[in-house]
Amino acid sequence: MKKVLEFVGEVTLFGFRVITDLFSPPFEAAQLGRQLAEIGSRSVPLIVASGIALGAVMTLHTRSTLITFGAEAEIPTVQSLAFFVEIGPLVAGLLLAGRVGSGIGAVLANMRVTEQIDGIESLSIDSFKFLVVPRVVACVIALPLLTLFMDFSGLLAGFVAEYASSHISFHLYIARAFAAVDWVNFIPPTLKTAVFGFIIGTVSAYFGYTINEGAQGVGKAATNSVVLSSLLVIVSDVILVKCIAFAFPGTAL
Amino acid sequence: MNHDNRTAVSFEDVSKSFGAKKVLSDVSFQVAAGEALCILGRSGTGKSVTLKLMIALLKPDSGKIWIEQDEITHLREEGLSRVRRKMGFLFQDAALFDSITVYENLALPLIRLTKKPQDEADFIVDKVLRQVGLAADKKTMPSELSGGMRKRAGLARALVLEPQILLADEPSSGLDRITASEIDELLLQQKAERQTTLIVVTHDVHGARRIGDRFAVFDHGHLISEGTAAEVEHSNNNIARELISLTY
Repeated sequence: MKKVLEFVGEVTLFGFRVITDLFSPPFEAAQLGRQLAEIGSRSVPLIVASGIALGAVMTLHTRSTLITFGAEAEIPTVQSLAFFVEIGPLVAGLLLAGRVGSGIGAVLANMRVTEQIDGIESLSIDSFKFLVVPRVVACVIALPLLTLFMDFSGLLAGFVAEYASSHISFHLYIARAFAAVDWVNFIPPTLKTAVFGFIIGTVSAYFGYTINEGAQGVGKAATNSVVLSSLLVIVSDVILVKCIAFAFPGTAL
Repeated sequence: MNHDNRTAVSFEDVSKSFGAKKVLSDVSFQVAAGEALCILGRSGTGKSVTLKLMIALLKPDSGKIWIEQDEITHLREEGLSRVRRKMGFLFQDAALFDSITVYENLALPLIRLTKKPQDEADFIVDKVLRQVGLAADKKTMPSELSGGMRKRAGLARALVLEPQILLADEPSSGLDRITASEIDELLLQQKAERQTTLIVVTHDVHGARRIGDRFAVFDHGHLISEGTAAEVEHSNNNIARELISLTY
């Protein structure tokens, strides 16, 4: 129990250091740009492919259920609300935890093992600001944008699946999809993924940056990064959904 | 301990442990400015830890470490950064950043720490790369370099800020005798041309005797002998005598 509390304390302090270092110069704009490309742009194909698959499958499933009640006209509404409120943010968060979390953990751990982090420090460069802060910030910025990719690719795939069954027009599908979507169903759930991004970046960077084992530690850091950041994304989602529902009652379905 | 303006590095009763394992026990020595000290000893006797303590990558459990006039054990980040600017570190495996080219590895500290304009930074990087014989490889990624070339690139990065004190951790490890000799030559050239203080951890006694003005021999975390080659050869300690006499 003592070890667990110590660990929680260390990760929390690590996260606080990210926040305090973020606002003190020098600002690592070039590193941030590089990490945004790595974390953001390179995750787009995975996110879009997953969104398309989920969107199509979800339409096929809901169609068979809703048709029993003669409510197939509600399919676009269900699809858009499901994606904007929960599926988009959560699945994008989990996918990023898998792809980027393991990457950050493994890269930083490898840099620690091969003395690259010591090399940076020996050159009077603050390795934490140089390596950790840009990665966490990139996760915070990239995840809400990736969530939008997930939402709209899911919606588009939903339209294609629905068109194949009912030949619904694109205009009608979009009109029905957005009829019930208010900004509270869209903005707060999308922005909550910034918190997921902070969790993924911080936890993964913590495991990679603080590793003190050899080559075996690199694999361990990657695995731990994915497992813990995915778990924390799910747990924080439950808390954030409750917070959003409390702050914006209209968001509850 | 007498610490004057001519002293580049001074250790005063420095001890360091990792968990229950004591790696250094009350180690004291001095290195004069412009001098070359070679640290010898068997594996796991605290030689590399000594270098890392000098550049404050590790903190000692007790004792004091002076770099010129700065006692570094209690310095905060800004102070450490100022002290590290005087030093260059050649790591055992070069520790080049593997995601950027050789040129970027050298330009990174130069542009960040000296705020030199790009064209001046380019000129300096080219000059240092020519010095180590890597002028044609500046766009190469570190992973594409051979062991000897990586070592040269690591040395170039350590030299790019023109340090007053150069620390080298096993500069000849994993290299053939000819390449090792070329690295030794580069270190000697640096010492002769810029009066750089050299502190070299090595197992290569042949190379050490070429580079070193003085020698420090470590065993089980203790400094067992210190002095010129002749002094260590005539020391009372068997291990020190044996180590300084070894040639592979």
